[in-house]
Amino acid sequence: MRRPIAFALVAGTLFGAGLAVSGMADPQRVRGFLDLFGAWDPTLAFVMGGALIPMAIAWRIQKRMPTPMAAERFTLPTARDLDPRLIGGAALFGIGWGVAGLCPGPAIAGLAIAPVPAAIFVVAMLAGMILHRLLPAARVKQPALEASNV
Amino acid sequence: MGDILANAMPVQGLIGGLMIGTASAIMLLGLGRIAGVSGLAARATGITVDGAPRPLAIAFVIGLPLGAALVTFLTGPVEARFEQGAVALIIGGLVVGFGTRLGSGCTSGHGVCGMSRMSARSLIATGTFMITGFVTVAAMNAMGLGQ
Repeated sequence: MRRPIAFALVAGTLFGAGLAVSGMADPQRVRGFLDLFGAWDPTLAFVMGGALIPMAIAWRIQKRMPTPMAAERFTLPTARDLDPRLIGGAALFGIGWGVAGLCPGPAIAGLAIAPVPAAIFVVAMLAGMILHRLLPAARVKQPALEASNV
Repeated sequence: MGDILANAMPVQGLIGGLMIGTASAIMLLGLGRIAGVSGLAARATGITVDGAPRPLAIAFVIGLPLGAALVTFLTGPVEARFEQGAVALIIGGLVVGFGTRLGSGCTSGHGVCGMSRMSARSLIATGTFMITGFVTVAAMNAMGLGQ
């Protein structure tokens, strides 16, 4: 298990560093991108473009790999249906993203940059996730919480 | 062109983006998983039992602020203008948390990992949250709630 944990830690650290380097840890810059009809700041488009390049290559490599380097198998999303949950959830996410200028990655990385406001957002975000788990209408096909966490 | 890029950081954006994409590629090719931050955060905190083994989710989530701290250490303070008040942070956080679980992903899972896989679900999700993000900021500005 140690080697997979090292992979995850390196990936998370590089991801967080990338967010900090790219200006995405700055909510005003993200809101600047979303301010399409105002003083639009295209930085986020460069970040997204930059991020898509290694991943497009990675997906091509993945097709030829029987197994990942440090896991027994690939565990990848298989859902194909464009259901109301997907679209409603994404629509809500965009609203919250616009209100705060934060999405999950920059908010968690931001704990190291602006701890107090980032923590306020992260705690509220986790509360929103818990709320989703508690609402039976919102969740399907989600097993119960781990016994150790109750 | 110069006007549009007046306040932008295209070079840093591109470099940071390449780092984010490489990190996602490490998750995919190393661990066979999607680097979706909302899902990994829910898994790390035990809010869900779906997804990656919990130690991996915890390691990834701890890495995020670690990486940001490393950049601060190496290059000096990172700009983070939190001009919105606590109310906007709380409302935004609640809606982002609920929405990302309902929609099975956020900017990283759908935006970076899903779009590069040409997943129809992720393309639709990313288009949707971009549009509602644009509309939300425009509406807030129109209502005088701009920050």
